[in-house]
Amino acid sequence: MTCHEVVNLITDYLEDALSVDDRVRVEEHFSKCPGCSGYLDQMRATIRLTGMLSEEQIPEEPKRRLLEAFRTWTGD
Amino acid sequence: MRDTNVLASPADLAVVERLRAGDEATFMMLVEQHQTPMLRIARMYVSSRAVAEECVQEAWLGILQGLDRFEGRSSLRTWMYRIVANIAKTRGQREGRSVPFSALAGDDEHPPVDPAWFQGAGDGFPGGWRTFPDEWDGIPEERLVAHETLRHIGSAIDGLPHMQAAVIRLRDILGWTSEEVRNALDLSETNQRVLLHRARSRVRRELDAYLREGRDER
Repeated sequence: MTCHEVVNLITDYLEDALSVDDRVRVEEHFSKCPGCSGYLDQMRATIRLTGMLSEEQIPEEPKRRLLEAFRTWTGD
Repeated sequence: MRDTNVLASPADLAVVERLRAGDEATFMMLVEQHQTPMLRIARMYVSSRAVAEECVQEAWLGILQGLDRFEGRSSLRTWMYRIVANIAKTRGQREGRSVPFSALAGDDEHPPVDPAWFQGAGDGFPGGWRTFPDEWDGIPEERLVAHETLRHIGSAIDGLPHMQAAVIRLRDILGWTSEEVRNALDLSETNQRVLLHRARSRVRRELDAYLREGRDER
């Protein structure tokens, strides 16, 4: 398995979607290849940092309209 | 084939019960929780944010109208997200946007993992790194989690093809499981992973470029 192949299997690896054989081969590769294990660390850091973002807040106006819609619905 | 639908939880059923009883606080809580993800889902299928907002608004009405028919055969949010996805898909089709997976997934013209990083057929180790990626180990944690770094990640995500952006937001920002994302966006297991891989790889690449820029300045 080449570095290029391993790098493109990283998400499958992290998602636990590899066959047992492939998983063993990928892990063997990581243990011997500082380039790929460094890249794996970067992917993990990317996921961790992305998790620190928060989704934007909803503006008040659509919320008010939705509440009106709900009141209409319950009034039916 | 495995049935991937998660049944409605007792908490879901309690929410539905309170909504049927006209509980406004419960409804607004639901809006707070789901408005943004619903907007993300709609945005995958239609041409603008404004149209996506209309789809979400329509979806809420559809959700209220359908509530009496909700039988708990899927989780409440899966059911809700299917409603918004269907509305947005229909709307997108009317707009003349074709939505084959390949188009939504983003092209491979600029692969997030650049083949040029690796040695070619004529080199000593075909497929091996030309030079190892920079290590992030030496970067102080304060810099990694700095507002500015996170802002770069946010704009990298904003720049992704819509479907990749939706998947990475739902998975890595909102913390959904792959199963929940697949159900809500109607994706196969493989396609969900392909989108996630492209999105994360692209974000990593842009983050690396940003962090390296900072190093050169030192």
